Amino acid sequence: MEEQKWLYEISPKKGLLEFNFKEIWRYRDLLFLFVKRDIVTVYKQTILGPLWYLIQPLFTSIIYTLIFNSVAGIKTGAVPAFLFNLAGVSLWNYYKECLTATSTTFTTNQNLFSKVYFPRVVMPLSTVISNLLKYGIQLLIFIVFYLYFVFAEDYLVAINSNMIYFPILIVEMALLGLGLGMILSSMTTKYRDVSFLVTFGVQLLMYVSAVMYPIAEISKKVPEYAWLVTYNPLALIIESFRNMVFGTTIANFDGIWYSLVISIVTFLAGLAIFNRTEKNFIDTV
Amino acid sequence: MSVILKAENISKQYRLGVVGTGTLSHDLNRWWHTVRGKEDPYLKIGESNDRSSKGNSDYVWALRDINFEVQKGEVLGIIGKNGAGKSTLLKILSRVTTPTTGSIKTAGRIASLLEVGTGFHPELTGRENIYLNGTILGMTKAEVAFKLDEIIAFSGCERYVDTPVKRYSSGMKVRLAFAVAAHLEPEILVVDEVLAVGDAEFQKKAIGKMQDISKGEGRTVLFVSHNMESIQQLCTRCVVMANGGLQYEGDVQSAIEQYLDIYGSGTLELSFPIKGKGICLNDFKILSKENILSSSIANLVLGNAYQFSLQLTSLEFDKLLNIRFQIFDKRNSLVTTLNTYHMNANFSVQPDVKMTVLCEIEKLSIAPGDYVLGIEILDLHDKKVLYSNETFYPFSVVNGDFYGFGKLPSAKNMGAFSMDFNWKVIS
Repeated sequence: MEEQKWLYEISPKKGLLEFNFKEIWRYRDLLFLFVKRDIVTVYKQTILGPLWYLIQPLFTSIIYTLIFNSVAGIKTGAVPAFLFNLAGVSLWNYYKECLTATSTTFTTNQNLFSKVYFPRVVMPLSTVISNLLKYGIQLLIFIVFYLYFVFAEDYLVAINSNMIYFPILIVEMALLGLGLGMILSSMTTKYRDVSFLVTFGVQLLMYVSAVMYPIAEISKKVPEYAWLVTYNPLALIIESFRNMVFGTTIANFDGIWYSLVISIVTFLAGLAIFNRTEKNFIDTV
Repeated sequence: MSVILKAENISKQYRLGVVGTGTLSHDLNRWWHTVRGKEDPYLKIGESNDRSSKGNSDYVWALRDINFEVQKGEVLGIIGKNGAGKSTLLKILSRVTTPTTGSIKTAGRIASLLEVGTGFHPELTGRENIYLNGTILGMTKAEVAFKLDEIIAFSGCERYVDTPVKRYSSGMKVRLAFAVAAHLEPEILVVDEVLAVGDAEFQKKAIGKMQDISKGEGRTVLFVSHNMESIQQLCTRCVVMANGGLQYEGDVQSAIEQYLDIYGSGTLELSFPIKGKGICLNDFKILSKENILSSSIANLVLGNAYQFSLQLTSLEFDKLLNIRFQIFDKRNSLVTTLNTYHMNANFSVQPDVKMTVLCEIEKLSIAPGDYVLGIEILDLHDKKVLYSNETFYPFSVVNGDFYGFGKLPSAKNMGAFSMDFNWKVIS
């Protein structure tokens, strides 16, 4: 018989860093529909609907302002404390949502994944994109409050030219969330211990990510543990963002590049582990 | 005709038991072996996948060295007992999991028909779900939009198409899911026993659609079912799986016979006495009514009188019994039931007394063919099953003079059974 032309082969072999762009491109409509599904269905059968996207960060920021600034007395300089917290909280939420949603990719979708094949990586990608849209909405509300403080409270506009680096920060956040999320989701398929770790680990992580205090503050007060924050890419990203919009400290470009390297490494590691897991996870999940 | 799919030495190993700390040590051991460039130590062990017998190893082979080819445009039926490896094979085919060893080569896209509502989001409307499900199955949005009207019409859910799917009945979900999948255009469609949920009208429609897909459009279908009738209707070729291997590959009729044989094997040679719960079956015979001293008959004649003779003893105390004989045909469909209950005839058995229970049939009326007699004995007092065997005694029926005029009905005009009738003319 003449040699047949095969479309593809199903075999136990695994490519570690295989990222099949062509295939993902073929499934781009699916990616789009997943994003749409994530956005549309979250607040179905609720009265406030998409307003919830705004209520969460606003109230969190109010509480943080009350506790960390009024009670604990953390200084935010010339920046209004509420605005300071809103900037941190919305960016942190973006990371948190990416991480937690991605980390359950395999367990929440096992029904679907056990029946039909599509590039699994579409799932976490759609999570990141839909969260990016949510973050976009939250960024708008941040701008609204920013303007409010400028006009009503005479706060001076401090947005500076470093803002051009903002997209890099967003990409770093996405890669970090995606990478760590993919590692965790792969581990959860076999060992459910990991899912417990995620829920409270994320809580702890927030406290060392400079969400509600400036990095300078921790370096001053507890210098022996400051490395927890100063080497944490998340803290560096959040601090850089605040620097761009508030202009309070000198820009830390080393921090941005350092975070970029870390996030790319995390992402690649996550992708490798994810690729390994997706082939057989249905047997262990 | 060309080969569209080729499976070579497919094997799949599974670990039994629960995932716990033991798994971690195996994982580490496996990793240590790969680091040193050695073979996976757990691939050497493993037993064949016989569900009912207890094994020594934690590892089993759900599939072992499967080889087959599928031609383009073929409808290949896959049949086998529960746990024979059918679903594992389909999972590998639809790329949900990979084989432990071996490979499958395919020249076309494979899409599988989803089970009830997987991939449906309950909050989305039918229309939105058609798009979502279609793209999950590998279509583009434009392709779905192009076929949308056709899909909605086929599902027969026009009225509900803008209602969230969570309000649908399970039948409607299946209709919608099947409609989407049936309008996909993969070269190979995998269908795993999903039609059972729909109603009769829809099943017929679905089978018709699958025939269209394979005959009209020349696409390939792999079809798994326990329903021999739909297998016979649809398939052009059939494989029989047993204990993780291929037992038979070839034409549909012989495959079905082979399958039913596996199904019935082990019970063909009954050795008496058989012990049930608290009772003992000493003997069973099918006897001609004229000659009750003969040995048991396996070939019965249509229209003759017979009796099923069952000899019983109680092993404990007096028991009041309900006895039920069931006759199944080759496709394992129930033909009829002969139940003592319906005739108000229940029997008591006593210890140490060999009682013979006779079930008399005045005129055997089931059509010529192969059958198997099933038996179930219940304790009338507490309704507990004392003995049950669905494939108790195989027998066959040959054509005979049912009507008593020496005119035998031809096999073609026979149908499922004969019955007595009279013709009269009233002027």
